[in-house]
Amino acid sequence: MSEYFSNIKTSATTIATGMAITLKHFFNAVKRKGDAGIDDADYFRQVDGLCTLQYPREAVPTPPHGRYRLYCHIDDCIGCRQCERACPVECITIDTIKATNDDLAACGKTSGGQQKRMWVPVFDIDIAKCMTCGICVSVCPTECLYHTPVADFSEFDVKNMLYHFGNLSKIEAEAKRKKLAEQQVQAAKEKAAAGDAPAAKPAPKPKPAAPPQE
Amino acid sequence: MSSSPSLNTWSDALSGLSIGWFPLGLVIIAAIPLVFIALYALTYGVYGERKISAFMQDRLGPMEVGFWGLLQTLADILKLLQKEDIVPKMADKFLFVIGPGILFVGSFLAFAVLPFGPAFIGADLNVGLFYAVGIVALEVVGILAAGWGSNNKWALYGAVRSVAQIVSYEIPASIALLCAAMLAGTLSMQQITMMQAGPGGFMHWFLFTNPIAWLPFLIYFISSLAETNRAPFDIPEAESELVAGYFTEYSGMKFAVIFLAEYGSMFMVSAIISIAFLGGWTSPLPNIGGLELNAMTSGPVWGAFWIIMKGFFFIFVQMWLRWTLPRLRVDQLMYLCWKVLTPFSLIAFVLTAVWVINH
Repeated sequence: MSEYFSNIKTSATTIATGMAITLKHFFNAVKRKGDAGIDDADYFRQVDGLCTLQYPREAVPTPPHGRYRLYCHIDDCIGCRQCERACPVECITIDTIKATNDDLAACGKTSGGQQKRMWVPVFDIDIAKCMTCGICVSVCPTECLYHTPVADFSEFDVKNMLYHFGNLSKIEAEAKRKKLAEQQVQAAKEKAAAGDAPAAKPAPKPKPAAPPQE
Repeated sequence: MSSSPSLNTWSDALSGLSIGWFPLGLVIIAAIPLVFIALYALTYGVYGERKISAFMQDRLGPMEVGFWGLLQTLADILKLLQKEDIVPKMADKFLFVIGPGILFVGSFLAFAVLPFGPAFIGADLNVGLFYAVGIVALEVVGILAAGWGSNNKWALYGAVRSVAQIVSYEIPASIALLCAAMLAGTLSMQQITMMQAGPGGFMHWFLFTNPIAWLPFLIYFISSLAETNRAPFDIPEAESELVAGYFTEYSGMKFAVIFLAEYGSMFMVSAIISIAFLGGWTSPLPNIGGLELNAMTSGPVWGAFWIIMKGFFFIFVQMWLRWTLPRLRVDQLMYLCWKVLTPFSLIAFVLTAVWVINH
């Protein structure tokens, strides 16, 4: 019998305690919780007030080293296609055109000083597929591929999630492709014209193109 | 006891009003509480509950539709109106369709005897309190019809639990209200309220005029939570166990009607508890010397204001409890009803009887 009454007493006191806590929160709803970060000394002291952030208008900033949206700094891309092969979800599509020798200067160098030998007319990242695993980033030899702190990039049309980073327009790419084809035809002609004896003569021609690929 | 000369004048005048054979006044009398339920459920019931729950959990609640989300409920209603009226293939169509109707009618019928101020009451029955307690039992039929007709195990479990709960809790609730009826010496809602009217304001209320009334007051409040399926007694719709309980299969306007019935009965029990123990439409302000606060805040319109405010206060307490307490288990629920509330309500009954005899 005493347990019966002590149970009633316990429930009454615990209900009163709980209701006091919720009422305190109810009246604290006129305040906003402070915006002290985890590094600030009074972070754990800001228990009173609303904690909702109305997202599109207010947001917790993403950390500067955050890795969210994938970005390609195309000026540094040498078109090696390692990222394309490494991507587990195949979200990167690359098309490259070999730069002709007279275009090498126009093609430019990477910020690391490496001569670029490929035009990259198509460098598409399907950001809807990308799962931010970072494998492409780790294989990129020139570190031109990296995640940015941009976290909110939703779109109404999924087609807009396909990000184009290529450094040539379609017309330019067509021109470069034509130029390369012409040069190759020229080279083949020269090769044919040279006959069989001086065959070694034009052969070294493409050779120098190979070593810089190291 | 002071008696207002204008008792029931508005509703009496309305009930006499008719155009030819058509009793227009009676229709208006029925429409007033209906419009009231709809408006209050839309504003205070849904929007208020969402905001209150949000504030209690340090959130903001609806903020996007209109200023501070004021139009959110309107948007929700529009959404519900547009929804397809689905009746599950294997459901008992008749029961499934009439379930929400019976539920709403059950909670709405009790509004007939709720006095909205001294001048307005749907029907001033001399058995008003008894009628209110009895007619609410119709809700049980609606819940069982909805749960059984859905042909869904969640719905059936919810309905069975709900019926067991409501039938059990009607006993302490009725005995607690009997204490108030004993104190007043009448079952008429208007008469019970009149017994608590006076120049002293809240000092004439049954809760404060005698030392026992707090016990039936608490008992009735706890039982009313169970009767309206509110937390912590919301096991019939326990969303974490039973999806949504007896209205799992409902969508669109039928769902809205069930919600309306729920909010209607929430106000109904809150109004009954304020009539039985807190003076109904009487003003809580006392006359202090020459300052006639009570006289200034009495009258038909003030009466409507006070009873609605008292009802809203208890609805606030119901919401407050909902966002504080965890849900009871079925056995705990039955323990509370049969082993705690029922014996205590009998004790309260006896003590009240002794008090009434000695005064």
